[in-house]
Amino acid sequence: MSDLASGLALLADPAVLAALLIGSIGGVVIGAIPGVGAAVAIAILLPATFSLEPLVGLTMLLGIYGSSMYGGSLPAILINTPGTAVNALTTYDGHPMTKRGEALRALGLAYGASFVGGILSILALILFAPVLAKIAPMFGSREIFLAALLGIVLVVIAHRGQTLVAGSLVAFGILINTVGLEPVRYTQRFTFGQEWLSSGIDLIVVVLGLFALSQAFVLLTDSERAPVTQRVEGNMFTAMKGVFRFKRIAGAGAGFGVLMGMIPGVGEFTAQFLTYTYAQKTSKTPEDFGKGSPEGLVASESANNAVPAAAMIPLLALGIPGEALTAMMLAVFYVHNVVPGPGLFQNDLDFVYALYAAMILLNVFVVAFVLVASNWLLRIIRVPTRFLGMMILTLSFVGVYSLRNSVIDCAIAAAFGILGLVLKRMNLPVVPIVLGMVLGGIMEVKLRSAMARVKDPIDFVDRPIAATLAVLIVLLIVGHFVGLIREKRAAIPENEHDHDIHDSHTR
Amino acid sequence: MTRTKTFQDLFKRYRRPGDFVISLLSLFFALFLLISLPTQTEWVPRQPFYAQPSFWPRVAVYAMAIFSALHLVGAMVSERIHGRGEEVLYWLRSIEFAAWFIAYVLLVPKLGYLPSTLIFTNLLAFRLGYRRWVWFAAATVFSVAVVIIFKGFLQVKIPAGDLYSLLPAGDFRLFAMIWL
Repeated sequence: MSDLASGLALLADPAVLAALLIGSIGGVVIGAIPGVGAAVAIAILLPATFSLEPLVGLTMLLGIYGSSMYGGSLPAILINTPGTAVNALTTYDGHPMTKRGEALRALGLAYGASFVGGILSILALILFAPVLAKIAPMFGSREIFLAALLGIVLVVIAHRGQTLVAGSLVAFGILINTVGLEPVRYTQRFTFGQEWLSSGIDLIVVVLGLFALSQAFVLLTDSERAPVTQRVEGNMFTAMKGVFRFKRIAGAGAGFGVLMGMIPGVGEFTAQFLTYTYAQKTSKTPEDFGKGSPEGLVASESANNAVPAAAMIPLLALGIPGEALTAMMLAVFYVHNVVPGPGLFQNDLDFVYALYAAMILLNVFVVAFVLVASNWLLRIIRVPTRFLGMMILTLSFVGVYSLRNSVIDCAIAAAFGILGLVLKRMNLPVVPIVLGMVLGGIMEVKLRSAMARVKDPIDFVDRPIAATLAVLIVLLIVGHFVGLIREKRAAIPENEHDHDIHDSHTR
Repeated sequence: MTRTKTFQDLFKRYRRPGDFVISLLSLFFALFLLISLPTQTEWVPRQPFYAQPSFWPRVAVYAMAIFSALHLVGAMVSERIHGRGEEVLYWLRSIEFAAWFIAYVLLVPKLGYLPSTLIFTNLLAFRLGYRRWVWFAAATVFSVAVVIIFKGFLQVKIPAGDLYSLLPAGDFRLFAMIWL
């Protein structure tokens, strides 16, 4: 309890509150603009947060992460274009409601569901934190190695239909991380005699290239589009309260969000899908799903907003990010020489509570903002796409160049920007590269320290958590092949699926 | 077209034009890395495998080679998707904007952050086809805001331009060096 109190005291710092306010409102605005997701904004702001206190920097980034989905539901519902990747499912029911003349109700339900999902998940995790503080120390080097390996396996098999490319990209990420002077024996790895490669390739340069520059290049190269929007009239607060008619679904969304958020490499899509399926199966009107069902909308929006809090768990407790955004946040920790891991939950539980309390506040700020600002946001999303591309390109420069004023870093980022553009065009994800880089580095260090105490290979999995993780990895790989065989037998033609559900998954 | 129906479906992605080209390039790159492995990494004698500097690069390069080869095989036996040429042209077209970006990067240390940003945004807006004055005004306001927020308030490290040293010594030069 005293940890909770000192966590709240940490939050009382005006700098933290200001960062949270800027992050949460900025996140809604950025999320509402189709073509710019939280990843682009976090990548650009990352170097600027390095000069701030860790809690200030992290709350700003968390603010963007947690609030972008609120903003993203706005264009998803009104113009059938998801503002961020995880609002794709929201278009299924949100937009048909708009076409029926129920835009206000749909928006209110989406905001309300996001709020309930967000708050319930954070409360669950605050209650769960002391348990985690007990479990986290059971993770030694070999368990963390296996958890990172599990993350790699999950991120590969989650890209069904493109598993081979995802595998290749993860491996590429692992390779990039090894480039430069190796820190134990001081040998050069893949430097080709070039001095500028000796210090390695910076994660932030890669992230900025893959997320921000690539998005700018896509917008600049594509032809011009400017979304047309119409004002939403009526009382948003009353519309938001409508979510309480769907308490059961919002609760389920929060539950699935927490569970899926904690698993590396899985995240929002799975949480949304499970909640959506649950809502449809238990609905009195399952035939309405996909045609403007309020239940479907609540399922989608409550589940995605429950994920950010849970996604912080593997990052804080084990130092293992499960997706690109938490991987970027890891960089903030590293810059301040704070290494997240089991020790953080044991020794700095107040810091963890402060982050969770910040997330509760963030949800309050955002709801207050969207109550009054939805129509103003609608004007912002009308920015023509090529002009937006120019703005992202200008902002990306600050991100890359301010790191160490290096032209070479900018050239590397531009090269990764073109790679990101190609991957986006091919509907391939960029996340495996980032996770490969981060998790590859963790695996290298942890394998070395774990093997020093292992005499027999079987010793590696002689502890309960290590054994569970190893069994899980094997089961997932076997399950993947079983799924492939089943799918082959079901033989659903390729053109009978919604191929575009993942279009926005890459930004 | 049916929507997401099964759990597996949620994770599925589909091939697009250019899949063959990307698989071929990816395999060539992996093979190049494979050939470079012996010269670009060291295998230290009397050291266990996990402590070898070459261990993780090997794991990565082998995995890249295997996955890329299988991807190429998959692309070759799959039905051809038309539009490969246009897709590759689209990729090449994006290089122009990478060049704009690099030009901007080279300009900043010479002219300073604010002048370079003003020139960059206005010229790029013109190149993108904007002709009405309102867009140039928007680009100008945006440039000034970015410079003041990042260089002035957030104090990110961007060096003062060479051009600023030509300004007469005094308060304005100091102001330009810190804020612009």
